[in-house]
Amino acid sequence: MSDAGYNYRVVRGFAFSALFWLVIGLVVGLWIAFEMFNPALNLTPWLSFGRLRVVHTNGLGLGFGLAAIFATSYYILQRLTRTPLLFPRLAQAHLYLFNTAIALAAISLFAGMNTTREYGELEWPLDIVVVVFWVMFAINVFGTLIKRKEKQMYISLWYIISMTVAIAILYIVNNLEVPINLFKSYTLYSGANDANVEWWYGHNVVGFIFTVPILAMFYYFLPKSTGLPIYSHRLSIVSFWALNFAYLWTGAHHLMLTPLPEWIQTVAMAFSIFLIAPSWGSVVNGYYTLQGNWDQMRTNYLTKFFIAGITFYGLQTLQGPLQGLRTLNAFFHYTDWVVGHVHMGTMGWVTMVISASFYYMIPRITNRELFSVKLANTHFWLILVGQFTWTITMWIAGIQQGAMWKATNPDGSLMYNFLDTVTSLYPYYKIRFGAGVIYFIGILVFAWNLIMTVRREPNQSEA
Amino acid sequence: MGITSKPVVFALLAAVVIMIGTTVTVFIPLFMPSTQPISPYIKPYTAVEQEGRDIYMREGCNNCHTQTVRPLRTEVLRYGEYSKPEEFAYDRPFLWGSRRTGPDLNRVGGKYPDSWHYKHTAHPQSMFEKSNMPPYGWLAKKRLDTGYSFKKTSTLGYGYSESEVQQQIDQYRATVTSTSYPSKESRDQVTPPELQKELTEMDALIAYIQKLGRDVKKMEATK
Repeated sequence: MSDAGYNYRVVRGFAFSALFWLVIGLVVGLWIAFEMFNPALNLTPWLSFGRLRVVHTNGLGLGFGLAAIFATSYYILQRLTRTPLLFPRLAQAHLYLFNTAIALAAISLFAGMNTTREYGELEWPLDIVVVVFWVMFAINVFGTLIKRKEKQMYISLWYIISMTVAIAILYIVNNLEVPINLFKSYTLYSGANDANVEWWYGHNVVGFIFTVPILAMFYYFLPKSTGLPIYSHRLSIVSFWALNFAYLWTGAHHLMLTPLPEWIQTVAMAFSIFLIAPSWGSVVNGYYTLQGNWDQMRTNYLTKFFIAGITFYGLQTLQGPLQGLRTLNAFFHYTDWVVGHVHMGTMGWVTMVISASFYYMIPRITNRELFSVKLANTHFWLILVGQFTWTITMWIAGIQQGAMWKATNPDGSLMYNFLDTVTSLYPYYKIRFGAGVIYFIGILVFAWNLIMTVRREPNQSEA
Repeated sequence: MGITSKPVVFALLAAVVIMIGTTVTVFIPLFMPSTQPISPYIKPYTAVEQEGRDIYMREGCNNCHTQTVRPLRTEVLRYGEYSKPEEFAYDRPFLWGSRRTGPDLNRVGGKYPDSWHYKHTAHPQSMFEKSNMPPYGWLAKKRLDTGYSFKKTSTLGYGYSESEVQQQIDQYRATVTSTSYPSKESRDQVTPPELQKELTEMDALIAYIQKLGRDVKKMEATK
């Protein structure tokens, strides 16, 4: 490899940090999945559902998600600019600070330091640390981009830029709070406004963490893995700007039929439907890239991950806008349907694309062959079956609970008390736990495969 | 393509594109009267209720309980009058939630006596055998820390003086520790003897839960 000068150490550090937080986050996920049908696991205050659920979401979103994004972004950035990172020491410090922050985040959430604003639950001192490590990242991104040797910026770099810009705005505006002491603060906003700010953040942090940088990976690693150029450059330009424009209008579809002014809800609904277009722009671009080469689904294990991943993205971006429609939302909101929706995105789209990106990237940055393609295939099928069983079960559970909440007797009275609507879901929760175990085994195979890869002897042909 | 070779211009353009929707749907509404209506019926939380609210947040109760009743027939039947924006004027943060694993709590205040809540919060399964709610008996074993109560209520703009905050705390302690407190038996069952004359975290949490929706019921009654 003629990669002299590229900083792969920090890429590897973030990649294995991602694997670590992935495993931890999933163990917590399995724990709370069990608590849903058997409260016996609420053994101590630290292990009670209300605290653990945020450890799960933050551990996987901030820990796994961000680490994987930083790993792939640092890699893509250097390759696409043909320039080593401008500040390698800063990147290394970024890695250490990041992992320290995630560990402190987990401990503080276990201890109940929780602002309750979804996906922004960390208390103010950790918010500052999060901003600091994003700034460290941004300095390297823009520094390297300015010094770059390759003149044109490829699609993936656009997505990395827009992620960096959007996250800065979202995170700072959402987390403006007044400290009471080191462990407690109150948000600057109140009531309906707080809800509106929080779901503008909550929706878009998912968009700019679990969509935008994952698309950056998809647009870079799919052509790399398949040896096929992206089908349409023009389509990717249109999709990019339309996605970045429309996403920010849609947060209030999380607040349908709440006391938020109706016009904000309606605007969110309209833009959610519009978002199908740019989302499917990327889906179509992905599918057409494989035009005439669909045999790769059989012959190239990486292609399978990417195509399954983009398919779940396509389903996700149809389901999301539809459940944002007021009439459908009235039925589905607050049920497990939405939980199923989120997990198709995270367990399907996000993890599939990150998995394949790592399988492509780790052997190249460590100059080793992948330990086992067979294990990678096993990993693929386990997480596919696990995820699909998981999400379908939750959709059915959601429909059932939504219907039971609405059911009335001929005299107009309610047919079910609330507890009946909960206990009738326990069989689904048991299936969900089982599906989670299958998925978790798939992830363990993934981690094992990568650990064994870096423990191998390096290739002889090193330049 | 000019712009794809200019990273700084590209980033600025991205920021502008992102700010359009943000400004229209989030920033402008911040200053509109429709997002911050007030009503003379809606009173701020007392210092003890606010402490209870902070415990509700610390334990992540919002992960399973929503606090918005939607204007839907079966929802109003199940919980009561649908939620109005002015009810949340003092809520920092809002606690509307996103998943109803347990029932909505926006109208729960006054629905059950305190004794019900002491029993249920400590041992949900003793009242509903198949409930999946975690037991919170340990809240009754923790003395309520009121060290920041004044700082909290003044930061939130409730307008209480320091002595008023102390008075609210003393008054609520007197209520729940009184021999004539109607829920005394249930409270004593879950509270260890050494804390029975003190305010516990459980007391504050229940005070908060009993406040939810109470002002709205008064407002509706005067219509």
